[in-house]
Amino acid sequence: MSSLPLLSLIIFLPMAGVILIMLTDKDNVAQIRTIAFITALADFIISLPLFFSFENTADMQFIERREWIPDFGISYYLGIDGISMLLVLLTTLTCVICIASTWTAIEKYVKEFMIAFLLLETGMVGVFCALDFFLFYVFWEVMLIPMYLIIGVWGGERRVYAAVKFFLYTMFGSVLMLVAILWLYNHHNDVQGFYTTDILAYHGLAIDPGAQMWLFIAFFLAFAIKVPMWPFHTWLPDAHVEAPTAGSVILAGVLLKMGTYGFLRFSLPIFPDATVAAVDWVSWLAVIGIVYGALVAMVQPDIKKLVAYSSVSHLGFVMLGIFALNVQAIEGGILQMINHGVSTGALFLAVGVLYERRHTRLISEYGGITAKMPIFAAIFMIVTLSSIGLPGMNGFVGEFLILLGVWKSDPFFAVIATSGVIWAAVYMLWMFQRVMFVKITNPKNENLKDLNLREIAYFAPLIALIFIMGVFPTPFLNKMEPSVARLVNQVKPAIIKAEKLQAPKAPEAIRTGAVTITSGVGIDAPRS
Amino acid sequence: MWALEFIWWVPILPLLGAIVNGVFGSRLSKCWIGFFAVGSTGASFGLSLMALAGFFVLPVAPNGDHVFEKILFTWIESGNFVAEAGIQLDPLSMVWLMIVTGVGFLIHVYSIGYMSHEDGYARYFSYLNLFMFSMLLLVLGNNFLLMFIGWEGVGLCSYLLIGYYYDKQSAADAGKKAFVMNRVGDFAFLLAIMWTFWIFGSIDYTTVFPAADSTFQYGGFAVTMITLLLFIGATGKSAQIPLYTWLPDAMEGPTPVSALIHAATMVTAGIYMLARCSAFFNMAPTTMVIVALIGATTAIFAATMGLYQNDIKRVLAYSTVSQLGYMFLACGVGAYTAAVFHVMTHAFFKACLFLGSGSVIHGMSGEQDMRQMGGLDKKMPMTHATFLISTLAIAGIPPLAGFFSKDEILLSTFLGHTTGHLVFWFMATIAAGVTAFYMFRLYYMTFAGELRSEDKHVRDHVHESPPSMTAPLVILAALAFGGGILGLPFIRQGHALKEFLAPVFSDANSAVHPHASFGLEISLMALSVAVAVIGIALARYFYFLKPAAATEFANRTGVTRTLYVLMQNKYYVDEIYDRYIVKPIIQFSDSFLWRIFDVQIIDGFVNAVGKFTVDLGSVISDVQSGLTRRYAVAMVAGVIVLAGLWLI
Repeated sequence: MSSLPLLSLIIFLPMAGVILIMLTDKDNVAQIRTIAFITALADFIISLPLFFSFENTADMQFIERREWIPDFGISYYLGIDGISMLLVLLTTLTCVICIASTWTAIEKYVKEFMIAFLLLETGMVGVFCALDFFLFYVFWEVMLIPMYLIIGVWGGERRVYAAVKFFLYTMFGSVLMLVAILWLYNHHNDVQGFYTTDILAYHGLAIDPGAQMWLFIAFFLAFAIKVPMWPFHTWLPDAHVEAPTAGSVILAGVLLKMGTYGFLRFSLPIFPDATVAAVDWVSWLAVIGIVYGALVAMVQPDIKKLVAYSSVSHLGFVMLGIFALNVQAIEGGILQMINHGVSTGALFLAVGVLYERRHTRLISEYGGITAKMPIFAAIFMIVTLSSIGLPGMNGFVGEFLILLGVWKSDPFFAVIATSGVIWAAVYMLWMFQRVMFVKITNPKNENLKDLNLREIAYFAPLIALIFIMGVFPTPFLNKMEPSVARLVNQVKPAIIKAEKLQAPKAPEAIRTGAVTITSGVGIDAPRS
Repeated sequence: MWALEFIWWVPILPLLGAIVNGVFGSRLSKCWIGFFAVGSTGASFGLSLMALAGFFVLPVAPNGDHVFEKILFTWIESGNFVAEAGIQLDPLSMVWLMIVTGVGFLIHVYSIGYMSHEDGYARYFSYLNLFMFSMLLLVLGNNFLLMFIGWEGVGLCSYLLIGYYYDKQSAADAGKKAFVMNRVGDFAFLLAIMWTFWIFGSIDYTTVFPAADSTFQYGGFAVTMITLLLFIGATGKSAQIPLYTWLPDAMEGPTPVSALIHAATMVTAGIYMLARCSAFFNMAPTTMVIVALIGATTAIFAATMGLYQNDIKRVLAYSTVSQLGYMFLACGVGAYTAAVFHVMTHAFFKACLFLGSGSVIHGMSGEQDMRQMGGLDKKMPMTHATFLISTLAIAGIPPLAGFFSKDEILLSTFLGHTTGHLVFWFMATIAAGVTAFYMFRLYYMTFAGELRSEDKHVRDHVHESPPSMTAPLVILAALAFGGGILGLPFIRQGHALKEFLAPVFSDANSAVHPHASFGLEISLMALSVAVAVIGIALARYFYFLKPAAATEFANRTGVTRTLYVLMQNKYYVDEIYDRYIVKPIIQFSDSFLWRIFDVQIIDGFVNAVGKFTVDLGSVISDVQSGLTRRYAVAMVAGVIVLAGLWLI
């Protein structure tokens, strides 16, 4: 494509910032912050062409490919398609906002924090751009360590517990994934006669369905923990609660999407048969997550935990959409990943604003804040409504497309998932009411200061996105459509195969009365 | 006609007003805030009037369609799913357009006076304008999903405006309750939209409804389920059983809001939706029976709850629920025109009643308890006169507007084909009597006799409201008086509304009124008037002539006492919901799902596994002892090494 190695620039520009920060004296905090901010901002700006010059085709774009370790078939291979492009932009934007939010929130080890943060950015963007297994795994691990440190060093009281839990959970999944990757690597040699770590070479590679299932499970655990899917979610509330605001924002905004992205890039196209076979139980986990996450969120006394559990619910939607295996649901899922990044990121920022002023996350400590912070109240309200999925805002479009697609593949799951619109309203509005409405009862809230310009500035782009993506989602959807269509087509043969296998069984099931829920991933015929 | 081409400005203007007041409101004077709010709504109303003129000129298509459609841009496009942002104007949306912009404009004017002493003036008008935008989008959208944006949008504005006095616990609770209950309905609505799409491959009205006949099987599973889901959606928005309990609580909002949103416009959205989807409902006889049953039951049930309330706004709220029941009953028997007619007359007289009650509350320094009122007829003559006209209208006394529309519903029910229509007719007729009774109870308690309040401040300050408030009252009272002319039943050819709506309900219309003889029509009318007069006479006896009798009656023991207590406590429905639905869900989530399942079972397992990796403790202590930097350096070094490998 273009001769400029744009993706490499985006990935490694933060490293330039890291070097500059390392050369700065650690007491010169203002300069460190400025460098970090400018680096992140520059990175965001150079990532904008990815959106505006993106061609609406299914092909990988902005490709860079160089031999790295030819003996092992490893190459430095980068590229993005309609699935990853928006995630890269989400990452670069979220990083700018996060760094802007740390101005007064992070006061110790500023230098180290910024280094860790920029390194994290490199890792995250790298994961979304890598088209080589080896490269992907390197970035995957690079990302893990700074996040671990951000929680463990700059976190709250139980930060060590939370950080170790986060680390172990993720490591557990990563190791399984590594084993699966190694198996695949050998398998490719068996089938094709040469070793390669080119991810795209594995799309459509012939793998025995039995083996697929084991590999699928290994990848599934790695990604499901990241998402996190119920019941692998218990690291998330702890990590979110203990992480500093910027950590929570990046965790919710970007890191959780690593899991859902992984399903789209690896699980679906490489293991189509296993994917189709797993649709039912993944869908079950997803809808359980939707309802369970919402119900548990509802009764949390701690705002951050509430938002964390709400993420379990929201990501349940994404997973359900991905495993509906049709265009609407997957596009909705991708859109919902972005939406969740924007809305939940903004929610954590809002909680951070309160935390910075009062140093408590307990809902019961607040009440009546609207009277003291009207600008904040308006922003918090918009973000809350976006999270609830109010039409006209971003959350609705993604949710609706997911539900629409899921309805096509299995109305049963669609009905349960749709109940999420009720629960979301319950837990968010109840929280909002207890924090923001009624009279101030706690004297400590009497002197709260409204948002300053810097705080308004970092909310502004998110608020703008909430409305832009709610009213004009079509440009976003059009860009991802060809890639999603290709993905659906990659899985389609497996669906047809599964239906053929099921067809002879059907009469017997009816005769014996043992009517089971079919996977119902039919492409054409809606169920009546 | 150019006005039609610019019709999309009708919703956009109030939206701009909302944005200006919402963003810059804190820096604007009240005068400018009022100018932007009222000006944008007024301009919107003016444009609607011109569109009405343009619509009459618009030729009717050969197939009988009378529609103007304009697509602005593609909102959502994914695979074969397309949702346009488009405006559709047909007779049905035209009626709502006029009600919403007309009544909305009057209520904006009224609000200038009513809200003049309130803080958050800009916030109020911003929300009110946003409501106008949402409601107009709801009725002007050309597809289901656009209707759904408006649908949820009005729900949001309702939430914001009910909770306008957010520092009051009861107001905040009521707002949340309204939103959540509406969402229960929205959940069903959303399912109906998805189902519809997968059957028709489209969500555009112009594609879906003409195909309904040939696509659905009459009385089939799909159409019955879709219409039921739509109806559940409608029960949420239009406060029908079982989702009505939010509306009485919604009276926590400022009174003009109750008039506009919780009486004249938003709560009629459910009727709009049913009427819009009449092509579906006509295919689903089972659903029709349920709609009629719920409508009739709600009409009488809510009316009895309104009997013994003492808060003037609550009585009106229950009366709204009850009147909406009539409209659903009409839909249920296929008499959509009658339903729309009643929506219109109800908008006039109920808006007038609410604004009148607002005027009373304003004059009484915020007092809402009718037991403190009385004798206001002399103190507030304008309010009194307009209130009396509207009360007569809602009671169904000819020749006021309410009489014609209610009578048409009763007649259509009597002659309908829906199973059980005679029972529904009987219920509705009884409810009409109850309505007349409690409305005149309200009237007598408020305006007749002597002022009962002991509060000196209140007594000294009772005053008629300013012209900005009384002028809308006069206009609305005039409409409540003469609005029935659009549906004069005696001259078939002259039923202007029916003729106008004919292109929308062409199929349904032929089914209704097959052979109403003049004699039958007159007898039914006489009966409903007689029932209303009896209700009024009883109210006059108990609350004007012999007030002591009412107290005595209430304090009697036995069945009447039980009934009285039940009704005064609204049949304890709120308590039942709270005890058997809300509390158990919270209890289950808190005590089991979170504290046991999440923390002890799942996380307990995880922590047990974690204990095996005790040696990781050393890593942790390293981190804590400030060696972070070493880690950071090590990581960076690692990356550099990897990058270096690339060069090899």
